[in-house]
Amino acid sequence: MEEQGTNKNSRRQFLKKGLLAGAGVAVGGGILTVNAGKPAGESGEKVKVMTTKGEIMEVDKAMLKLPRVSIAESHHGIPGKKFVMVIDLGKCKNARKCVEGCQRGHHLPKSQEFMKVYLLQDAEKTSPYWFPKPCFHCDNPLCVSVCPVGATFKRTDGIVLIDNNRCIGCKFCMTGCPYSTRVFAWKHYPEFDEDKEPYSPEASSPGKEGTVSKCDFCPDLIRVGKVPYCVSACPMGVIYFGDVDEDTVTNGTETFQFSELIRDRAGYRYLEVLGTRPCVYYLPPVERQFPVDRGFNDLDVSVKNRYINTPYAKKHKL
Amino acid sequence: MENNEQTLLKEFAPQLERTSIQGYIWILFLICVIGIGVFAFIQQVTKGHEVTGMRDNVVWGIYIVNFIFFMGVSYAGALISGTLHLFKTAWRKPVIRMAEFITIISLLIGPGYILLCIGRLDKLYYLVLFGRIQSPITWDVIAISTDIFGCFIFLYLALLRDLANMRDFEELQLPKWRKKFYKIIALGYTGTDEQKKRLERATDIMAAMVIAIAIIVYSVLAWIFSVTLQPGWHSTIFGPYFVIAAVYSGSAVLILAMWFFRKVYHLEKYITKKHFVAVGVIMLVLAAFFGYFTFSDYLTKWYGSEKNDELLIQLLFKEFYWPFIISNYIGVLLPLIVVGIAKFRTITNITITAVVVIIALWLNRYLIVVPTLQSPYLPIQDSRIEWSIYSSTWVEWSLTAAGIALFCLLFTIASKFIPIVTIAGNTQETKSEDVLV
Repeated sequence: MEEQGTNKNSRRQFLKKGLLAGAGVAVGGGILTVNAGKPAGESGEKVKVMTTKGEIMEVDKAMLKLPRVSIAESHHGIPGKKFVMVIDLGKCKNARKCVEGCQRGHHLPKSQEFMKVYLLQDAEKTSPYWFPKPCFHCDNPLCVSVCPVGATFKRTDGIVLIDNNRCIGCKFCMTGCPYSTRVFAWKHYPEFDEDKEPYSPEASSPGKEGTVSKCDFCPDLIRVGKVPYCVSACPMGVIYFGDVDEDTVTNGTETFQFSELIRDRAGYRYLEVLGTRPCVYYLPPVERQFPVDRGFNDLDVSVKNRYINTPYAKKHKL
Repeated sequence: MENNEQTLLKEFAPQLERTSIQGYIWILFLICVIGIGVFAFIQQVTKGHEVTGMRDNVVWGIYIVNFIFFMGVSYAGALISGTLHLFKTAWRKPVIRMAEFITIISLLIGPGYILLCIGRLDKLYYLVLFGRIQSPITWDVIAISTDIFGCFIFLYLALLRDLANMRDFEELQLPKWRKKFYKIIALGYTGTDEQKKRLERATDIMAAMVIAIAIIVYSVLAWIFSVTLQPGWHSTIFGPYFVIAAVYSGSAVLILAMWFFRKVYHLEKYITKKHFVAVGVIMLVLAAFFGYFTFSDYLTKWYGSEKNDELLIQLLFKEFYWPFIISNYIGVLLPLIVVGIAKFRTITNITITAVVVIIALWLNRYLIVVPTLQSPYLPIQDSRIEWSIYSSTWVEWSLTAAGIALFCLLFTIASKFIPIVTIAGNTQETKSEDVLV
């Protein structure tokens, strides 16, 4: 609680500073909030780490090991928060760093992706684009409604989590989700054993055979003031993460006012017609920074083969 | 009348007293098939669900298809026997027992298939411990357990008079434990007027209840699919559609069972062409309904041609062409032709039609479950073929075969304990048998 209080205060301070300096303040290497003063639980021992921008920085050792809340505690959202994600489709070039960062952070095998990158094309004549898709953490989540045992739940901060200790593996939530977000552990993957910490739904790790899991918006990182793995891993700054109530979103380098960003860039939610009310917004793929083809560069054959059946790849014989 | 029942029972005695060598071979064969299924199940438990063909997109495969199928057959048994009983249909006596057996036995097997889809069987009791009423699966758990309970009572009431008959029939050469068994479960029914009256009332009430429960339960099962947003499942017609499809499949299974027991136990005297035609007519009416619902469902999807519905229909007419034709064209038209035209109406033809209908309806469920999961809103982009196209593995097929074998085995065993044709009161209707057909 104490730590949360500190975060909350520092975030307010940060917001004040941010507003004073105007939008677009650079924040060091994917740190969501700058902790003013000595945060609770600091060991005093410093270690050197490399940020996503390649800079070396010193952090407290206690910061590296993320504290995990208990299963019971994970049912309560972080007080006063309502998280949101904004994905700028104009900047994505299918570098897949978000996928890899997420898999490392959650100790996932290659075959399980919480973040997936699709190559979409809405109509024959429209332009194709890369579409990173996390869990949408819907405000009207069908997956939560259909769960027979309450293993998946919606928190006050908007995050939808899964408790794999409770999950019986009926997979009804997987058919309930219209966005193919959820993944199932079809066997025990060796990667699950990498994580020696006790299980927490906030970390979605270690995974468990025969249960469902998915993107969790990394509440364990948020609690220590960091942004989710996919956000900090993306070299293009495609993914913004933030709080609707504070009206800020950041990709680690740039910070924007959420409402302004959505207004000015015509942000939208995917498949709004389904009425699931996602918490993930997309900025349309305009003013592209890369041609779509670039996304085919440096891909593993197995990854590249995913896209060979898309109309675009067929047309251009990619 | 008591004498009549005694003579009848005498005639059926060999069926209860002895098992032929062929009978033993048959039972042994079934046990072997079940054994392979058990081996497959052990594989699935030890190696994980990876041994099945199910993956992240197609999360439900032929296990769910079998689940819907067996539950359907069961509800059909309940509906047919309940209706025949309530309307006091003259020709029902020789076939109603089979319908009741079909109900109970498939009701015992069906839910087993949903368990095979569950990733963590060790936590199954959470369904009761942490059950959430908002979830259609909880509705299903409540509905199915109510159904099992209701059907058992109905079957038991229907059996009581025959159980008492067997207890009282001393010529029956059976081991002592079996005689004792009949004595216990006959509950001291002796056929006094008061007992008869009460039994009749109770059976009437249960028959009506079983019909209602069956409709509710099968609708709930349909809602598991239609409450989701998936293209092809999100349909208001699914409740009644599933109920009709269920009764349709059940009428076909009943015809097959009639044919089978008629051959094995030489019941030509009791189960005649009339019975085949009568149940065949029921099948014909249901075929027409089923065809109407199917047409109605696909027509609206196709005509409006919403993007994802269109993709689904394309998939059905390309990758699933033959299953689609067999299930939704041949499966509808064949009964209309064979039973509808008098000169085709023979026992063999009706039975062959029933077999085709059973296959068609199994495929129909497959076409409801799999193609929808293969065409989600976001296109499946995966280089691994088994993650985008469902193809069931030997594990799933062996467990499917084991389920069918278990159905046959339980049916065979049941027929060894209780006459497959209702004895009590069977003779009284023989005169009025010509009323319907």
